[in-house]
Amino acid sequence: MPLEDYTIVIGLEVHAELATDSKLFCGCSTSFGSEANTQICPRCLGLPGTLPVLNKKAVEYAVRAGLALDCKINKFSKFDRKNYFYPDLSKAYQISQYDQPICEHGHVEFYVGGEKKVVGITRIHLEEEAGKSIHSGTSISDSDFSLEDYNRSGIPLIEIVSEPDIRSPEEARIYMETLRSILRYIGVSDCKMEEGSLRCDANISLMPKGATVFGTRTEIKNMNSFRAVQKALEYEAERHAKLLDSGEKIVQETRTWDDNLGITLSMRSKEEAHDYRYFPEPDLVPVILEDEFVTDIKNSLPELPAEKFRRYLEEFGLPEYDAELITADRDLAEYFEAVVAIYNKDYKAVSNWIMGEFMRLMNEQGIEVGEVKIKPEDFAAMLKLMDEGVISSKIAKVVFEEMFNTGKEPKTIVEEKGLVQISDSSAIEQIVADVIKDNPGPVAEYLGGKDKVLGFLVGQVMKLSKGKANPQMANEFLKKALAELSKNQ
Amino acid sequence: MDILKKSVLELRELLDKGEISSREIVQAYIDRIEKTEPKLNSFVTLTFEEALKDADRADEMIRNKTHTTLTGIPIALKDNISTYHVKTTCSSKMLENYRPPFDATVVKLIKQAGMPILGKTNMDEFAMGSSTETSYFGPTKNPWNLEYVPGGSSGGSAASVAAKQAPLALGTDTGGSIRQPAAFTGIVGIKPTYGLVSRYGVVPFASSLDQVGPFARTVAESAALLSLIAQYDKYDSTSLNNPRPDYLRSLEKDVKGLRVGVPKEFFIDGLDAEVEQAVRKAVKALEDQGAEIVDIELPHSDKALATYYIVATAECSSNLARFDGVRFGHRSENTKDSVTMFKHTRAEGFGPEVKRRIMLGTYALSAGYYDAYYLKALKVRRLIKEDFDKAFTKVDVIITPTTPSTAFKFGEKVQDPIAMYLSDVFTTTANLAGIPALSMPAGLSSNNLPIGVQIIAPSLAEEVMLSTAYSIEKALGSIGLPELEV
Repeated sequence: MPLEDYTIVIGLEVHAELATDSKLFCGCSTSFGSEANTQICPRCLGLPGTLPVLNKKAVEYAVRAGLALDCKINKFSKFDRKNYFYPDLSKAYQISQYDQPICEHGHVEFYVGGEKKVVGITRIHLEEEAGKSIHSGTSISDSDFSLEDYNRSGIPLIEIVSEPDIRSPEEARIYMETLRSILRYIGVSDCKMEEGSLRCDANISLMPKGATVFGTRTEIKNMNSFRAVQKALEYEAERHAKLLDSGEKIVQETRTWDDNLGITLSMRSKEEAHDYRYFPEPDLVPVILEDEFVTDIKNSLPELPAEKFRRYLEEFGLPEYDAELITADRDLAEYFEAVVAIYNKDYKAVSNWIMGEFMRLMNEQGIEVGEVKIKPEDFAAMLKLMDEGVISSKIAKVVFEEMFNTGKEPKTIVEEKGLVQISDSSAIEQIVADVIKDNPGPVAEYLGGKDKVLGFLVGQVMKLSKGKANPQMANEFLKKALAELSKNQ
Repeated sequence: MDILKKSVLELRELLDKGEISSREIVQAYIDRIEKTEPKLNSFVTLTFEEALKDADRADEMIRNKTHTTLTGIPIALKDNISTYHVKTTCSSKMLENYRPPFDATVVKLIKQAGMPILGKTNMDEFAMGSSTETSYFGPTKNPWNLEYVPGGSSGGSAASVAAKQAPLALGTDTGGSIRQPAAFTGIVGIKPTYGLVSRYGVVPFASSLDQVGPFARTVAESAALLSLIAQYDKYDSTSLNNPRPDYLRSLEKDVKGLRVGVPKEFFIDGLDAEVEQAVRKAVKALEDQGAEIVDIELPHSDKALATYYIVATAECSSNLARFDGVRFGHRSENTKDSVTMFKHTRAEGFGPEVKRRIMLGTYALSAGYYDAYYLKALKVRRLIKEDFDKAFTKVDVIITPTTPSTAFKFGEKVQDPIAMYLSDVFTTTANLAGIPALSMPAGLSSNNLPIGVQIIAPSLAEEVMLSTAYSIEKALGSIGLPELEV
């Protein structure tokens, strides 16, 4: 049967590196992109006898993430060792949280094609990163040698485990994007998939529509972009459907996504799965959170994207599309709010400019909101100049781009470039007269009843005035002059 | 003046009066080590040159009056305690050439105090053993009788103090590794409350049980060293942040009215009659000084050894996983890929006892066995702790034999792991409960081997443990030190 007749069941395990200055259990820097093995110490190298000391900031960030995802914050949690051998795992165990994680039972909301979707969060736990292996070949098994960089070893991570509530690869992607948006809003992670500070593993299974028992699942790893998450799951769902249709069984296994080939490949079977031999980490004491610690974090949380989205609909009357796009990025939303705090005449106009020219120029120049030179008050001032008729909408685009490039005030630009709109009646009358004189053909057509030609003639007025003529006045004066002509014929 | 016969406290007075220098003390011990070491093999690494420089610095401190109780007094360190740029081998081929780039916290404290370090002492490999017979560098001999083991795992440290190769030494105790060799060599050894002494830089065997502790010839000297090393350390999350008394000052408290518990579970079949007699004599000595002797029960004691060997091996299987040949220590030449590198490195680098314990611990933590072994062991561990909690509502200290018998001969037990493990039968409970315990000499057997008595106290009650020991020491008198022929 076609894929549409199956229910796709997906659960995601998302890893987000926490944006703390130092590592989870030592004082080494967490900054990205440094020379290999320059941000290491005896502790994150796992030298014998070294001991972990928990970074309080990382605990705070994990709780912050938990609160933002509506989790129950566990007042008591503990660390456990996850044991396995790999060259980049400096202690040959990862300090993680097994049966008593710091946060549990949360959820996240988002919209898929206008429909609201809620995905449960099973748990969030704190753990440490491993180092990074650089293989001479494509993988550790076919390499002559591997180089190890421990700069990443010990960077704090949170693992966010979802319930198997996701029902399509698209939902999986949007869920990831929503998580990124939330984690960035609350400042706990920069969530850069390309730098690996946001990663995910996905569990997927299929069952016939209406069934209640989940099918056999596979786990997909190595999806390094939002697009890859969706693509890999689309591929895997098709693969499951084909196997099930041909009466074959799904093998429970871990598969890796090959982005170049666009397929998933078997990594290891259930039988080959590691036995991690988790046990309580004896070198750390349990994490006991005071009520005040949690309350303080709760009080410091910013308005989250979902709340902002609702407020933008109600308070600003923005369409859902606009509200979603602007609220997805906290910096963009704050910029928008700074503009409308000064310019409250037309929220939709601000939204249009943000989604239009503002984002176009940002994308072109590859910069972030924080780097934009236009001050929100200048943004508002430009809109006022338009409202006052000082500049036309066409001129406004020129002015805006100049503001974007130079950071100058719109008024200055208008003066420097002589872009003030011509609203002087006699000047416009003169231009209109010139246009009528220079375009006898179109004028005759208009007088012969072809109203549409008026647009062309208005365009000529704007052209002759180098865009500076007040378009309403141009329109009005042109009509009046043509009416005179018609009368005199 | 025979420097080697002076106690640490006597040396302190001489140093303070300027009648002797630290350099002279260190030189005397160097001479002694050079004479006796070929027979004993107490040390893996000797650091005489550095020790003499440290002695000069100590003399400078004494001149400047910036010294403390142990300034200028030399010490020997067990070779699982990390020393900056000085080999720290754990008596294993795996770490034969490993030089840590940092000092353990206890080593920092020792250096700050101006104590010259004579060398690193031999031990059972990775502290796994009760005789030093598992050392990659060969066993240490018991200075009382060279045919006998000095006990273990801190056998090198114990032998060095008993043989006057060092006035003081540090060891580590996971299940008796300080107390059992102290008993076998006739000196004092302390396993402090878990969390009293920093574990930072001490190569772990079983993290939830390991503690560093002192060896000395007398109770007072051990108390002085304990005072130095018992400091809170923010780099050890299990370090207890409580006020630390000067243990030397706690000794004089008399035992009148002290309630002394004698647990019947420790006087079992198989307990050597001479050992029992000696312990009873120590108890009697306390009674004579006005202590109240109370028969108590520690009903889960017979489960302690099994519990210990599950918890300790489980933790060691994880703690020793990092010896994979990637970053430090031995790496096999015989490698095809990462997996064979791990396998061959570990197969070549670890001795049989270490491998045995890693396998036991790996098994105990494996899926399907965890609940039956590790989880159950944690539950029994709690029961053992509760036994002590209950007992300490009735008594102030508990007295037991340290070991069921005196030192055994080389080769006697090394082929029979269970027999070897049984020598820890009386010592593991204190580690499982996290409470302090001390072993001190209580007499000599008919074949002239020392007998140890163990004093166990509640958590952080080192002071009453020490004052009890001091009272016994005064009453019984010294057994002396072995007449080692050189």
